[in-house]
Amino acid sequence: MTTSPDRVRRFHLQIDESADGSRRIRFRGSLVLLELEHVTAQLQVLGERPFAGHTSLDLQDLEYVDSAGAMAILDLAEKIKAQSGSCPIDHASPTVQGLLNLIDIQALNQPPLIGIGGQQDFITRLGDGFLEFLRDSSQVIIFLGEIIIDLLAVCIRPRIVRWGDVILTMKRTGVEGLPIISLIALLLGLIIAFMSSLQLRQFGANIFVASLLAIAMVRELGPIMTAILVAGRSGSAFAAEIGTMKVNEEVDALTVMGLNPMHFLTLPKVIASLIVVPLLTMYANLLGIIGGLIVGVTLLDLTAYSYIQETRNILTVFDFVSSYIKTLVFAFLIAAIGCQRGFQVRGGAAAVGQATTSAVVAAIFMIIVVDSIFAIILTYIPR
Amino acid sequence: MKTADAEPIIIVEHLRAEFGDNLIFRDVSFQVKRGEIFVILGGSGCGKTTLLKHLIGLYRPTAGKVLVNGVDIVAQDPSEMEQVRKGTGMLFQAGALFGSMTLAENIAVPLQQYTNLPAKIIDLIVRMKLSLVNLTGYENHLPEELSGGMKKRAGLARAMALDPPILFFDEPSAGLDPVSAVELDLLIKGLNAALGTTMVIVTHELQSIYLIADRIIMLDKETKGIIAEGDPRELRDHATEPKVSNFFNRKPAGEEYIRLAQKLRLEMTLVETRRGG
Repeated sequence: MTTSPDRVRRFHLQIDESADGSRRIRFRGSLVLLELEHVTAQLQVLGERPFAGHTSLDLQDLEYVDSAGAMAILDLAEKIKAQSGSCPIDHASPTVQGLLNLIDIQALNQPPLIGIGGQQDFITRLGDGFLEFLRDSSQVIIFLGEIIIDLLAVCIRPRIVRWGDVILTMKRTGVEGLPIISLIALLLGLIIAFMSSLQLRQFGANIFVASLLAIAMVRELGPIMTAILVAGRSGSAFAAEIGTMKVNEEVDALTVMGLNPMHFLTLPKVIASLIVVPLLTMYANLLGIIGGLIVGVTLLDLTAYSYIQETRNILTVFDFVSSYIKTLVFAFLIAAIGCQRGFQVRGGAAAVGQATTSAVVAAIFMIIVVDSIFAIILTYIPR
Repeated sequence: MKTADAEPIIIVEHLRAEFGDNLIFRDVSFQVKRGEIFVILGGSGCGKTTLLKHLIGLYRPTAGKVLVNGVDIVAQDPSEMEQVRKGTGMLFQAGALFGSMTLAENIAVPLQQYTNLPAKIIDLIVRMKLSLVNLTGYENHLPEELSGGMKKRAGLARAMALDPPILFFDEPSAGLDPVSAVELDLLIKGLNAALGTTMVIVTHELQSIYLIADRIIMLDKETKGIIAEGDPRELRDHATEPKVSNFFNRKPAGEEYIRLAQKLRLEMTLVETRRGG
C-alpha cells in the first residue's frame, strides 16, 4: 500500500524442492496486507501440512513487506519450526530484518489477560435479570425519596435552587413541546370523535360524542398522552444531558466545588416538569375537545353551542382535580427517572445511549402502572 | 528513505482557513517528505489542530490546495477519498477508541471494513498490532479499563491497523506523565524507523520535539501563518525571530510575565523581547 500501483508486483510464493529432500520457500514481490488475502490459504497449507525434510525461507526477492506481511512470514516460520525443529529465514534485507525484529511472535500466542464474558444458561440469566430489577427498583425508590426530601427543603430555603435553570427547562419542556402536543391532541380528538360517531349515529346519539370525548380526554387520554410525549421529548433529554456530564466528569466537578449535583441538576428539572406538564395536559385536553367539536359541527350536524353545553354538563370539578393530581405524579416520575438514569451512567457514549432509552422505557412503564392505580382508586372514591 | 531529496508525500499550497469571519491562518504552504517525522507546532490557539484536520480532509479550506499521496483532498472525490483514508491513520488526542468495543474489536474495525481476510488472520494481526504498542494480552479490555497512556497506544494500534504510509498525531503526549510520554515518543520513532511511515505530529512538547522531529513548521497566532521551518535543534540555537526563540527556549513573551519572573527572583534567563516583530 505504501508503494504506488506501478511499483507493486503481484506477490507469489515459489517452492524449490531439492534432491536431498529439503525445500526452500521463496517470497517474491511485495507482501502487504491486501496481498495477504490471496496467499493466506497457501501459507496455511505450507505451515500445517507435514513435511519430512528441512525447510528454509528465502526473502531475497521480497521487494517490500509491511507489518502484516512480516507477521505472516514469522508465523509460517514458527509453524514449520514446531514441526521440523528449525526454519531459518535467509537473505532478509536490513529493512525487512528490522521489521521482523520488531514483531514479537511469542506475544501473538499469549492468552488475553482477561476473558470475554461467557454465555450463561437461561436460569442464571433469569435470576440475574430479576436481581437487577430489584436493585434497580430500590435505587429508583431511594432516588425518588431523596428528591422529595430536597423538594421539602426548597420550601424552607428556596435559594438552593437555580431558578434560572428552572425557567430554561420550563421553556425546553413546555413551550418547545407545544407544536407536537397540539398536533397529536387535535388529531386524537378528531379521530375519537369520528370513530365513535360511526357507532353512535346508528342510535341517533350524536350528541353523546361530545360527552364521550370530554370524559376520555380529561380523565385518561390527555394526561397519559402528554406524559408519554414529555417522557419521550424531555425525560430522554434529561438522561442524556446528565449522563454526558457524568462521562465528562462535570458531575464530579460540581461535587468538588461543594455544590450538590442533586440541587444543581435534578431539582430544576423536577420543579420545571411539575409546573409545565399539568399546563401541557390542560392544553392537550382543550385541543382534543376542539378536535371533537370540528367533527361534531362539520359531520354530525351539531351546533357548536350544543356541543360545548354537553361538554360542560358532563365534566365535573372532580374530573379536573383528579386529572391534575395524576399529572403531577406523572411529571414527577418522568423528571426523576430521567435524572436517575443519567446519574447511573458509567463509561462512554454507548452508556449514555442506554441510559436515554432506559429513561423513556422506565418512565412510560411507571406512567402506565400509576395510571392503573389511579383508575382503581378513583373508582372507589365517593364523590 | 530519509534523504533530503525524498519525494514529497503531502503538499500544501497557499492554504487559507476561516470559520465565518474568524481567519485562522492564511497562505500556508509546506511539503512533507516520505518517511520523515514532521512536527507542526505553535502556541495555544494558533490553529495547529485546525491545520491537521485540513490535512486529513475533515475540514475544507476556504482557499488553497492539499495533496496527500497525489490525491487532491480539497476536491473530496468519494472514491479517491476512500483510497486516501485507507492510506492514512490518525491518532486522536484522547485516543477516540469506541467505548462499547474491546480493544481487539476496535482495531479489527478497519481490517473488517477494508479487507476480506479471514477472522483468524484478522485476530492474528490485531494481536500483532497490540504487541507492537506493548499492549500484549489486552485484547479483551474495554477502553474505560485503561489508563490514558494505554488508550493512546491502543489508538495508535488502531491507526496502524492497515499499515498506512502516513500517520497523523494530534498532541500524542498531552496529558501523559513524562515516562509514558517518552515511551510513546520512542514507540513513534521506532515505528517510523522500522516501517518507514511518514508521521505528521501536532504537539508543543519541547522535549518530545527534540527527540523525534526531523523537521518542524511553527505557526503563529498573530501572523496567521508559518513563522519558522526547519530542524528544531538548529532553530533553538540560531533563531533570530524572538517568538521562535522564546518558544524553543521556553521563555515568557509578555512583559508582565517578565516582570513577574523578576519579582519572584526565579532562576530564568530572560532576554529582552523585541516586541512588534
